[in-house]
Amino acid sequence: MSLLRALAAALASSLLVGVPAAWAHKPSDSYLGVTVTDAGMSGRWDIALRDLEFAIGLDADGNGEITWGELRARHADIASYALARLSVRADDAACTLAPGAQQVDEHTDGAYTVLPLVITCPRVPEKLTLHYTLFADIDPQHRGLLNLSVNGGTRTAVLGPQAATQTFELAQVSRWRQFVDFAREGVWHIWIGFDHILFLLSLLLPAVLVWRASRWQPADTLRESFWDVFRIVTAFTVAHSITLSLATLQVVSLPSRLVESAIAASVVLAALNNVRPLIHGRRWAVAFAFGLIHGFGFASVLADLGLPRDALALALVGFNLGVEGGQLAIVAVFLPIAFALRRTTFYRRGVMVGGSLLIVGLAGVWLVERVFDLKLLPA
Amino acid sequence: MSRLRLLATVSLLLVAASAPAAPFVPSTDLQVVERLPTKANDPAAREINALRTAWRREPGNVALAVDLARRWFEQAGVDGDPRYVGYAQAALQPWWNLSDPPVAARVMRAVILQYGHRFDEAVADLDAATRAEPDHAEAWAWLAAIHMVRADYVRARSACEQLEPLVDDVVGTACLAYVDSLTGRASTAAQALRDALREASEAEPAQRLWALTRLAEIEERRGAVTQAEAAYRKAVGLGRRDVYLLAAYADFLLDQGRPQEVLALLKDSERADVLLLRLAIAAKAAGDARGDGWARELQARFDATTARGDTTHRKEEARFALEVLGRPERALVLARDNYAVQREAADARVLLEAAWAARQRDAAEPALQWLRSTGVESPRLQALAARWNAPR
Repeated sequence: MSLLRALAAALASSLLVGVPAAWAHKPSDSYLGVTVTDAGMSGRWDIALRDLEFAIGLDADGNGEITWGELRARHADIASYALARLSVRADDAACTLAPGAQQVDEHTDGAYTVLPLVITCPRVPEKLTLHYTLFADIDPQHRGLLNLSVNGGTRTAVLGPQAATQTFELAQVSRWRQFVDFAREGVWHIWIGFDHILFLLSLLLPAVLVWRASRWQPADTLRESFWDVFRIVTAFTVAHSITLSLATLQVVSLPSRLVESAIAASVVLAALNNVRPLIHGRRWAVAFAFGLIHGFGFASVLADLGLPRDALALALVGFNLGVEGGQLAIVAVFLPIAFALRRTTFYRRGVMVGGSLLIVGLAGVWLVERVFDLKLLPA
Repeated sequence: MSRLRLLATVSLLLVAASAPAAPFVPSTDLQVVERLPTKANDPAAREINALRTAWRREPGNVALAVDLARRWFEQAGVDGDPRYVGYAQAALQPWWNLSDPPVAARVMRAVILQYGHRFDEAVADLDAATRAEPDHAEAWAWLAAIHMVRADYVRARSACEQLEPLVDDVVGTACLAYVDSLTGRASTAAQALRDALREASEAEPAQRLWALTRLAEIEERRGAVTQAEAAYRKAVGLGRRDVYLLAAYADFLLDQGRPQEVLALLKDSERADVLLLRLAIAAKAAGDARGDGWARELQARFDATTARGDTTHRKEEARFALEVLGRPERALVLARDNYAVQREAADARVLLEAAWAARQRDAAEPALQWLRSTGVESPRLQALAARWNAPR
């Protein structure tokens, strides 16, 4: 407080007993801890003795000192005074509060009584409502500092006349639920992410064929094709997992336009390689190299989902596993069909060359769109 | 302080902040668990209890309620305990949310609002009160004070001019001198205030103390160290305990590199947080062993106020972060938030120092702008500002 303000206070008084000091000490607070577990609810309420003295009187002999004996004599009154000023409702059904044996604790501004509470509700609440009016009539600046602990997670709130009734959603998303949600998002993203699917397909299309005498010939065995697919998918997975993790953990970050353009370019190149092969034996290496870029693309999707700060690793693993699962599903459908069709002209000319050219065309448009920030195709 | 020592301090503070509370059961009924600030039969307590009893019988009586609120508010000043401000507000409850309460209740409401740094609402109430009662000295004094805090010197001066004919000469002069000292007329302001003090040797001690402290600050700001110290000593010599005066004098001594004298001046003053801050800073400068304990205690108090969403202590917390913990980034955040609300010279100073330590010139701009536009004659503030232009 400024000195001039102090003067104003002094002027206001005919007694001029003194001038207000600068900010000091602590306004009145109580500390209310509520713990919700599957087993039930409990609480601990720390209330300042100074405030209780002001409200109901503790210092029986008026000597300015509160002894444990004086305090103990008032325990029942303290409990009934306090509990009349706090109500708890579980999904709109009233809960009962039972006081336990009080103890004493020290906070920065003095001694507090510690009032344990057993909270009994008709049901395990999804929504917990607190109505708090302690000291509201004698000190409107009093606040109740709530620490609400729900199955290990905590949240805090400030209760007081400015917000006497507050409701808390307890139907907390479990870790497993969160994990499943992120995994589902991963699957969904690979299925609707045409650029990733087309990149993978471009690399997989030749897996049932071999390039001999400047043309595609059917592969001899399913085993040979399977291992080719296995190497490609594994390399792609390892690569994008690396960059997805690095980007999510904010070790590396790239501009999204660059990433998206490079992803489009990777599809163009992978598909062109089917029409006029430059690399055939080591397509897994291509999958790895471009997989690194695709990982950055996944990371931006994951970031858009809103990452839980407390469960970053969980989100990352869930999302990644979802992407892999979605990928495997595509492969599981693709490989038998492609293998069965590998001897047909339809596959070798129509799908392999015609399809790849279609992919080149489509990804080429994406590339132009993303590089020049244009919109050529309808969404 | 060495880096290692600093690390140790910070980790100690973190441990202190996170240490779980441990409830206990006292061993005997005779054990004293709490000492109250007042005894029931203290004269002051008896007086206020009588007032409280009368008010309880007639809570709708404006005069009685405002009387009680004022007594509580004064008590907050004597003890430095903000709980009493809450009690004062409780007395005003019937009028607290009215759009046009009686003038007496309205002025008292403004006083409580400004205590919580709710300046806009306080000014609105005081403007309304002075419109209704142009001779309301208290309302004009608070208006001058709030405008000063917000660096609105035109309005502050006009409030002082309204106040001047309504109060003692030394008070009116000091009000005007304080504004003038911040707007390029420091030496004439100091002279006027010295003259007024000489003529008002019979003035109320509280007003004398206030005017002397103000003079000391004006002298200190303009770099007149000897005159400033003389005024501080005279003010302290009046023998009235005043937290603001002690804090200002302690800051003066710290600036003069005399931390040992601060430790002596503020002996047993740990209860008031602003003084505990000066003790912690002085202990650090003097290498006093009590410093770490004071720093821990102060951190605990800041944490406690932060937990309830209270932001009125940011200036002190910024100085603590900067001068005790050596955390300039944290200090800058606090100093900047504080400067958005309060713009006195001390607020500008902590912002300038934090921004410099954090090497962020942009953050200092509001304070630099204030220095440029007001013509404040403060060699110290000017030197702080000039560092930005000098080659590093």
